[in-house]
Amino acid sequence: MKEVIFYALGAITLVSAFLVIFLRRPIHNVLFMITTMIGLAGLFLTLQAEFVAMVQLIVYAGAVMVLFLFVVTLLNLDEIQLPPDSSTIRWWVGAGFAIAVAILIFPALVAFLPGAEPKSLTADPTATVSNTAIIAKELFTTYLLPFEIASVLLLAAIIGSVVLVKKKY
Amino acid sequence: MIPIPEVDLGGILPALVLCVGGLIVMVAGSFIPKRAVAFSAIVSLVAVLVAFAVNSPLRMMNRQAFSGLISLDPYSWFCNVLLLIAAGITVLTSVRYLTDDGQELYEYFALLLFATAGMMFMVSANHILVIFIGLETLSISVYVLAGLMPTSPKSREAGLKYLILGGFSSAIFLYGAAFLYGVAGSLSLPAIAKVLQTGAGGKTALVGMGLLLVGFSFKVAAVPFHMWTPDVYEGAPTPLTGYMSVAVKAAAFAVFVRVFFAALGPLQVDWTQILWVLAVLTMVLGNVAALVQNNIKRMLAYSSIAHAGYLIVGMVAGKEAGTSAMLYYLLAYTFTNLGAFGVVALVGRKGEANVMLDDYRGLAASNPVLALAMSIFLFSLAGIPPTAGFMGKFTIFYAAVKAGYIWLVIIGVLTSAVSVFYYFRVVMKMYMEVPEKTPAALQFGPAMILALGIAAVGVMYIGIFPTTYLDLATESVKTLF
Repeated sequence: MKEVIFYALGAITLVSAFLVIFLRRPIHNVLFMITTMIGLAGLFLTLQAEFVAMVQLIVYAGAVMVLFLFVVTLLNLDEIQLPPDSSTIRWWVGAGFAIAVAILIFPALVAFLPGAEPKSLTADPTATVSNTAIIAKELFTTYLLPFEIASVLLLAAIIGSVVLVKKKY
Repeated sequence: MIPIPEVDLGGILPALVLCVGGLIVMVAGSFIPKRAVAFSAIVSLVAVLVAFAVNSPLRMMNRQAFSGLISLDPYSWFCNVLLLIAAGITVLTSVRYLTDDGQELYEYFALLLFATAGMMFMVSANHILVIFIGLETLSISVYVLAGLMPTSPKSREAGLKYLILGGFSSAIFLYGAAFLYGVAGSLSLPAIAKVLQTGAGGKTALVGMGLLLVGFSFKVAAVPFHMWTPDVYEGAPTPLTGYMSVAVKAAAFAVFVRVFFAALGPLQVDWTQILWVLAVLTMVLGNVAALVQNNIKRMLAYSSIAHAGYLIVGMVAGKEAGTSAMLYYLLAYTFTNLGAFGVVALVGRKGEANVMLDDYRGLAASNPVLALAMSIFLFSLAGIPPTAGFMGKFTIFYAAVKAGYIWLVIIGVLTSAVSVFYYFRVVMKMYMEVPEKTPAALQFGPAMILALGIAAVGVMYIGIFPTTYLDLATESVKTLF
């Protein structure tokens, strides 16, 4: 049962990711990007990482992709159909690069397959505390400092975005 | 029951002071519209000086804080000093540039202080999570600063290019960190080293190491990850270009060294080979490409790529001799390059005016002192005694020879002989050639004179009396090993 769910979600994620790249209408790209994100969230759930799954849904599928949709609709990009890519060389270069990276990374990924190493990196399914609670606790105790530095990071980002669009001149 | 987290504000006080300074700039700047830049510059300078003062206890410390996330040691102290010097001089050189056409862009100083604070967290980090958040704090501030000039399309282009490519490099860095987490089950540097020492990890650890190396190489502008450098350095506001070439590079190198020696030390044999190739490529391409530039900002951009190559030689040489030579080199480079970019900012002023090499013709006749200062900086970049740049190159190459990398040093010396040509071309133009038309008089502000004075004296002083600083650098890297 678990395998079936895993492969189904994996297929959804991968097929949507391919469609994001190959479809020629911006609105379709954005919509399939959302499906990719949802598929990933499902995969996180099968790893008992429910917090990451929810963040994936709320932040990526929700907030970020909605912004993309707004941009597409506000700029009337939804009516645009991009012409097919005329440069076949670019296509081949891209495909070759992707395959090269996959070959490079794959031996490393194999190490994480079940059975390859005794150490399992997924959460213990029988644990009594949810990992949301664990993350919350860690965030405010061990990782208090990075949590606080992140506030400086966000402040700098807010100031930066305001400064860049400010029209005073 | 959640335990009360251990909080040790004393150790991170320098960075906190800078953050508070940035907040004061932001709040006060909106209330005094007239002289916001001048006021912000003063606040920033005070913040930098206070941070400098509260940083000094770090030199005597050797412990960890915040559950082992931050390491307070002489190495952090030395890097903080470097970054604060760079920030201070940049504040001084920026004032004139920002007020030139009546735009009160006081936010510049707030972002500069936040970027410096991010760097200080990054260089004292003992955990890849803190490194990453510090890295992002500095990167986002610098992306905005590079694109800050509202009237200059080139500045906007620089900001956008840096943002997109920088985003890629951050993602690659993070991917590498994820692999190391997969191997070690922790992102703490000592924990990673402990796991790698047992020989666990294999290929996964190597892929993680390689991806981190790409991320760092991008930040220090090593070939072949240097593509963004000339365009971004050319488009960014000139004083900021100096800051990017010095502070961002110093911070990135400081973390590069800490991560690769403290956490990935067991893989040293592997990464030394990669860095050897990177060093050669960076030195050769940086120096050769600089030969054909007509724009002084682009020339200095390629020169800063070349200097990244010399610094990587220090990493290849490894251990205490190589890394302490790198710290000394970074100190020398801080004064030299900030001085050189200060002169470029002064001569060029706003926008794209006067940034060609030909605009330096006859500078010695109209401004003899300025031409002398520029010559000192260029001599130091070229590595001519008795300037600091010479001692820096000498110590790095000496460490590499001692470690047995004769060929690397031969290539390094040859490329730096090439570099003499393009640095001297500027000196020749200043002293030997006559301008076609009389240039407009330069407007010296007190802040700029102070900045150039500090830089020139610094270059000469640590070049003629290097012993104290070399000893400090040696003492600072001891805790790393």
